[in-house]
Amino acid sequence: MRDEFVRTLTEIARQDQNVVLITGDLGFGVLTGFAREFPRQFLNIGVAEQNMTGVAVGMALEGRVVFTYSIGNFPTLRCLEQIRNDACYHKANVKIVSIGGGFCYGALGVSHHATEDLAIMRALPEITVVAPGDTVEVAAATRAIYRSPGTCYLRLGRGGEPRVHDSLRMFEIGKALQLFDGNDIAIMSTGGILKNAYDARQTLAERGYKVALYSVHTVKPIDRTTIQRIAETCSLVVTVEEHNILGGLGGAVAEVMAEMPRRRAVLKMIGLQDRFSCEVGDQEYLRSAYGLSVASIVETTEEAVKSVQSHEFQRR
Amino acid sequence: MESKALALNIRRHAVRMTHLGKSSHVGAVLSMADILAVLYGAVIKKRPEDPRWPERDRFILSKGHAGAGVYAALAESGYFSVSDLSTHYANGSRLSGHVSHIGIPGVELSTGSLGHGLSVGAGMAYVAKLDSQPHRVYVLLGDGECDEGSIWEAVLFAAHHRLSNLIAVVDYNKLQSLATVEETLRLEPFADKWSAFGWKVVEVEGHDHDALATALDVDPAENSQPVCVIAHTVKGKGVSFMENSVLWHYRSPQGEEYEKAMMELGISKDER
Repeated sequence: MRDEFVRTLTEIARQDQNVVLITGDLGFGVLTGFAREFPRQFLNIGVAEQNMTGVAVGMALEGRVVFTYSIGNFPTLRCLEQIRNDACYHKANVKIVSIGGGFCYGALGVSHHATEDLAIMRALPEITVVAPGDTVEVAAATRAIYRSPGTCYLRLGRGGEPRVHDSLRMFEIGKALQLFDGNDIAIMSTGGILKNAYDARQTLAERGYKVALYSVHTVKPIDRTTIQRIAETCSLVVTVEEHNILGGLGGAVAEVMAEMPRRRAVLKMIGLQDRFSCEVGDQEYLRSAYGLSVASIVETTEEAVKSVQSHEFQRR
Repeated sequence: MESKALALNIRRHAVRMTHLGKSSHVGAVLSMADILAVLYGAVIKKRPEDPRWPERDRFILSKGHAGAGVYAALAESGYFSVSDLSTHYANGSRLSGHVSHIGIPGVELSTGSLGHGLSVGAGMAYVAKLDSQPHRVYVLLGDGECDEGSIWEAVLFAAHHRLSNLIAVVDYNKLQSLATVEETLRLEPFADKWSAFGWKVVEVEGHDHDALATALDVDPAENSQPVCVIAHTVKGKGVSFMENSVLWHYRSPQGEEYEKAMMELGISKDER
């Protein structure tokens, strides 16, 4: 995802000299080509994220489109108030890019796990929050946030994420991508966990359920129309995110469903259960440890199905 | 308007606005009134009728709690009507306690949380330098604000990139919210710190308009360093009983105190 982002931004930067990339001293080996090709459009600002964000806002207010780049929680939580007061309040054209959403940095530990970023960024006014599901979505999302005025947060994986889409017919901020249709269960996934959601859906389909799958690449603004539609047609909506269970995709979907006067679906939110991911291990290990493996998603979904069946669910 | 007259008007507005709004920070405005007056009256290139004029000098009040002073300076300079100032703090007003850019021409950046302005100003100065634009960026800081680590991140950045078009002005009145700077978190040797970080430092008496004008009218082509003007000021300057008093960081002038303050600023009861 990281490489795809840099590749896409390089293409954009060639066309638009107003595009600037600022890194907080991270991106070893990854940003070298960009830095060499665009010396006037690149800045390594040092290990100083508050200043990085403030400087980005100053440059954006002077007409630049500024991408700030770092990993984990550094470009978001470390400088949250600069994002709120300086970027969002001024509708500044600042695109915050974090490499390593969720457990990407596995064994590096809790400091490097971004597991509350979606919730915290989503709580700010005047921001767009995007977490693409695979590399194909990354390219489209990078172009989309470049074109979208104002402050955006782009949450990426680190690298090596499997490709899920062959190609995309369309990509629109705020519009979930449907990968499969089905009217028993609808799985909504955000970010790099998409492949696990995809594989879990496959297993559930083989077990006879009709399962829809959506990549909800935009967590804010959330796709209310799609959520409302599937909450009326399906019996169970399952959200999957490599993120705390509070306030992220599940929270956003819950907010929409809770306000519906009538709906058919029950909601099950799958994610990190409001705790620190302090087990030591790589990303796949941590996904398994915290209920986000393919097998766990299948199991949790089937348990939810059973509870729904007790009053409403009809297996077709 | 000549800077001395502008300074007096800013002080009168500040006392009246904090009286009407029953609001805080009058001491912080009086402290920087001369700096603002020299900037808006004599130094800053501006076109109030065209507030987004690309060649304007940029000004950011990083100590956003003294917003009444900026509103007064902008109104007196013709950015909006002076009569609007009486709505400061009022329900439905555009003039919030801390500086806001929403609906107020001439405000480059909303502030209020300390330690934000210098980074944003540095970003503006960085672009101006990259594009060889001649305008300057002024950021007015409080001394207590220099407790914030983010200030020193920006100080490093500006020196590293030789932003000679960036001028930080510190309103160094030596009093912060609860006590003196010396008692709270020592900044001294303050000028040496800025120098050690790579800035050109000029220390001035912060109520001397000639000295301020000389120090503030920086020619970015003249040197290769950002400039820090440390303005030694008196918090509450211009109203005898507010001077050097921590009390007037938060206290709002009411009753006899308001009458006395306005008298000292040359406004009789009939003129109010």
